[in-house]
Amino acid sequence: MSTAIDTPTDVAVEVAQGNGSGAARAKRDQTLTGWAFAAPFTVLFVLFLVVPAIYGLYLSFTGETLTGANSGLIGFANYTEALQDPDMWRSLGNTLWFTLLSTIPLVLLSLAFALLVNLGLPGRWLWRLSFFMPYLLASTVVVLFWAWMYNPKLGLINGVLAEFGIAPVAWLQDPNVAMISVVLTTLWWTIGFNFLLYLAALQNIPEQQFEAAAIDGAGKWRQLFSIVIPQLAPTTALIVTLQILASLKVFDQIYMLTNGGPAGSTRSIVQYIYESGFTGYRFGYSSAISYLFFAIIVLVSIAQYKLINRRSAS
Amino acid sequence: MSTYSLARGIKQTHKPGENPWSVSRMVALLILAFLAATWLVPFGWAVLTSLKSEADAGASTIDLSPPDGFSFEAYRKVLTAGDIPAWAWNSLITSVAITFITVATSALAGYAFSRLDFRGRRWLYAAIIAAIIIPPQLLIVPLFRQMLAFDLVDTYWGIILPQAFAPAMVLILKRFFDQIPVELEDAARVDGANRLRVFWSVVLPLSRPILAAVAIFVFIGAWNNFLWPFIVTTDADLMTLPVGLQTVKSAYGLQYAQNMASAILAALPLVVVFLFFQRQIIKGIATTGFGGQ
Repeated sequence: MSTAIDTPTDVAVEVAQGNGSGAARAKRDQTLTGWAFAAPFTVLFVLFLVVPAIYGLYLSFTGETLTGANSGLIGFANYTEALQDPDMWRSLGNTLWFTLLSTIPLVLLSLAFALLVNLGLPGRWLWRLSFFMPYLLASTVVVLFWAWMYNPKLGLINGVLAEFGIAPVAWLQDPNVAMISVVLTTLWWTIGFNFLLYLAALQNIPEQQFEAAAIDGAGKWRQLFSIVIPQLAPTTALIVTLQILASLKVFDQIYMLTNGGPAGSTRSIVQYIYESGFTGYRFGYSSAISYLFFAIIVLVSIAQYKLINRRSAS
Repeated sequence: MSTYSLARGIKQTHKPGENPWSVSRMVALLILAFLAATWLVPFGWAVLTSLKSEADAGASTIDLSPPDGFSFEAYRKVLTAGDIPAWAWNSLITSVAITFITVATSALAGYAFSRLDFRGRRWLYAAIIAAIIIPPQLLIVPLFRQMLAFDLVDTYWGIILPQAFAPAMVLILKRFFDQIPVELEDAARVDGANRLRVFWSVVLPLSRPILAAVAIFVFIGAWNNFLWPFIVTTDADLMTLPVGLQTVKSAYGLQYAQNMASAILAALPLVVVFLFFQRQIIKGIATTGFGGQ
């Protein structure tokens, strides 16, 4: 990482201005100025991130509830309870399952879409618009659209299936199908972001590489696998990382489409944190699950960091 | 990473020496058209439903010529009876405030980290980088209790403040400022301008594209955010559009035409803005997306 600290120049400037008694004074001035510039952000950062993070950690060791009863420290009781809580494990399992089911198509399909759009076929703005527009919608709008698409009696999907003589599917009510439906909605909603990153990366591959490959007699498919995909490796690593972290945090669309149902088959870990805290009013317990989940996110981040660094080193 | 080509490359068609009407290109075009049509279906289906009468919308599935015909009745009802205009206003106020505060504080902090060698700089920077991986979703319980203590539940500030800073944006802006030659500032400083003045009149004008990119990214996130405004507002008059719509869904129940009209109305502002500023928005998202690495 490059830094552009300009201490020598700064001192020179201070001296040139004649308003300092040397390097020590300049250094002190810089500390004052530096903190003044960083202060507005730092105040918000401390108040609304550092403090709640520490307060949450404290809460996770208490039996704090809405009524305030039993609000004292109870050691690791919340953590041991969480580790034996089948609902916690179920929600965690659902979250990991959702992450797997959503990340694979969200990476592969976004790449396919970007490759197709990048062919330079006519109507380029229209393709880009179609794939990207859903990303601009609020989760609530997405859910209103898709709850209507999935409606068992009146929804478009079952209507089209009926035209082909296929029996209606209970998209959101069947525990075996609900997660797939949630993944399909998520795919439609968020693919635009990955698509855009891939498209931007594709356009940065130098044209000469293709010309050289074409002279060597490499066909389009050869070029795809020998030039394009390897060139996109850093972008793919970034997209996979961002996607896994985004999928692990899934809440909105599941909460509003299925409310975690049927029978808890789609409830995500963030929803379980929300419910423990705001429906069950068990603030301490909810915080403990937050921290367990945070530990998983840290592990995933470290694993990805190592994987990416090893790949770029070799 | 540069994304200029993405914004400019709109007119680019086939490569020279390539037959623009080859069979493989036609097949690719068909696949693309099919995929794009599929992606547009939920919009079209929602628009179609919103133009029907409630009776028709709730009567049959695919009916392109409903008995009652098409009208804007559902939109009229939603706009006159519902709270949608008020929610849109709340969304606008809070999103603009969040965007303004985030951009201003991130730019100032980013500049400090890029240019000023102040005491404590290293550990503060490390803390901010580390904070990027903390998902805000995990802080909802302690944050909500804090807002209760500050008496900020059911206020605009309660919605705004916890969203009004973004560690990743500080990082992105710091990296951008690092690339601006220091000499440009030195000239102004020798002339006697102080740091704030240099920042305002030399650095900010050079940073307009990146500031726009950050602002676009933050605004879209704030406009669409659901979980935090949902937790911190119970008063229907203060709800943002995404949170308010959630109550519509349950309140209107089986009024499909009005549900879809509400959804379309809520989607409209950003879609219209996108149609006008497509290039800037795409560039902004791509720049900040890559910047987060």
